[in-house]
Amino acid sequence: MFSDANLTAILLTLRLAALVTVLLLLIGTPLAWWLSRTRSWLRGPVSALVALPIVLPPSVIGFYMLLAMGPNGPIGVFTEALGIGTLPFTFGGLVIASVVYSLPFVVQPIQNAFEAIGERPLEMAAMLRAGPWDRFFSVALPLALPGFLTGGILGFAHTLGEFGVVLMIGGNIPGVTRVISVQIYDHVEALDYADAHALSLLMLAFSFVILWLLYSFRPAQTRRRA
Amino acid sequence: MNDVGVEVALKIDYAGFSLDVDLKLSGRGVTVLFGQSGSGKTTLLRCIAGLERADGRVIVRGEAWQDGRYFVAPHKRPLGYVFQEAGLFAHLSVRGNLMYGVKRLKQAVNDAQIERSIELLGIGHLMNRRPARLSGGERQRVAIAQALAMNPRILLMDEPLAALDEARKREILPYLQRLHDELDIPVLYITHASQEMASLADHVVVLEQGRVVSSGPVNAVLSRLDLALNMGEDAGVIINASIAERDELFHLARADFAGGSLWARDMGKPCGTSVRLWVSARDVSIALKPPADSSILNVLPASVAGVTEGDHPAIRLVKLEVGESVLLSRISARSMQSLGLDINKTVWIQVKSAALVE
Repeated sequence: MFSDANLTAILLTLRLAALVTVLLLLIGTPLAWWLSRTRSWLRGPVSALVALPIVLPPSVIGFYMLLAMGPNGPIGVFTEALGIGTLPFTFGGLVIASVVYSLPFVVQPIQNAFEAIGERPLEMAAMLRAGPWDRFFSVALPLALPGFLTGGILGFAHTLGEFGVVLMIGGNIPGVTRVISVQIYDHVEALDYADAHALSLLMLAFSFVILWLLYSFRPAQTRRRA
Repeated sequence: MNDVGVEVALKIDYAGFSLDVDLKLSGRGVTVLFGQSGSGKTTLLRCIAGLERADGRVIVRGEAWQDGRYFVAPHKRPLGYVFQEAGLFAHLSVRGNLMYGVKRLKQAVNDAQIERSIELLGIGHLMNRRPARLSGGERQRVAIAQALAMNPRILLMDEPLAALDEARKREILPYLQRLHDELDIPVLYITHASQEMASLADHVVVLEQGRVVSSGPVNAVLSRLDLALNMGEDAGVIINASIAERDELFHLARADFAGGSLWARDMGKPCGTSVRLWVSARDVSIALKPPADSSILNVLPASVAGVTEGDHPAIRLVKLEVGESVLLSRISARSMQSLGLDINKTVWIQVKSAALVE
């Protein structure tokens, strides 16, 4: 059903999305927790930074990421000092750019879930001898679980669908940065509509199923919590 | 005082609210913190628990929890806390909720303590349920058991019944009375309902705008006119009495106290039992002659010991002495004048209802 080139693109895309989702959950959780609890003035600007990818064209994000990762950019200088070289046009560069690009889709649902918990359950846990870390893991995390599911799914799906950032950062290297969306673009450019159809249909079906799951799951959660 | 259990000297200055208290509370029995909303009751309790930080000192049964810059983190204080609305952990069963705290104790709690908490609050049949499937009253009972199972050195309760309707309150009150009788740790209990105070308090601390207005044994505090004033419609007194006679036919019990006796609804207590009578000021009326042919059973001779203007210009609160006991009556200023009530005047009082609260 899929050509080798298409399969390579599919596997690469899945690998990228899975890795990015894991990284986003690791980075996004403390960030969401901080945003949901802090009274610092930094809350405003940091929230705005996190939300930027929602409104900016992917090419703008890609452009700045390209500069930042380039030999004269802050990230590029750092990675070169580490001996890794520069990141544009590598899988690693794509991962970093995707993390930035999908950040709000993971952080915001988790942050909302943390905020919905309120102070009371955490105070109760403190009155039952749970220290701060213990309170976070035994009360905040389980109560915010629906937020994590939503964030994880949205982050994964959003990374699957990225195109502009990939073109700017990753270019079009088979097996390294040529993800499904770029592959489809190539097929259409080459007037190979059959292959374009196969991949597009796959994306369409997959995205639909994911969103379907997400939305049928959500009302059940609110019902259980009420 | 030998049994000083809790020493609290705390100061907070927020915009629009300040707290400044210096209290020594008993190490035994229930101390009710009484006052209107905004009087600082909850803030005081939260400061003792360490959930909020004020300047000052908190010493509980000889152990400093806060003293100057020394501050024990809230999760390291051996206390039990019951919040106003029982926020049990939604993701855990009743058993999971109950064991959450027990599992985190440094020293193992013996199973007997846990069993006793379950039994005291009658929640044995609920253990496998989720909090979402409990009634408000059941949830609150679980929250209390949760606090007790930890074998705390002090129990702090912030209006545990306030969020419940009347029927649920009546459901829980007996459990609280059992706690009162069986626990040997001090309990700090916030309420602004006089019925709850009447049935539970040994000591009362009255707070007003962050200051202690009065503190002492419940009978003494309740019968003070100036304080009764703050209670408005809820003013009343507690009289210690003992059951002297029971009228099986009409389901009444006569409770004798120093200076007289009152009939009240029989609660099944045998003769000789010590009880508390709650007599609300609005249930006491005053006459100059012993009334005849009245539906009211309880008529007692009394003398006027004091009068104060009530919470409304139309109202007067009258302090009455019946033998060695004191009652309050809430009457209109007009009746006051037409009866010509003065200090030391001898009158007859009719008590429409007295409640046996213990």
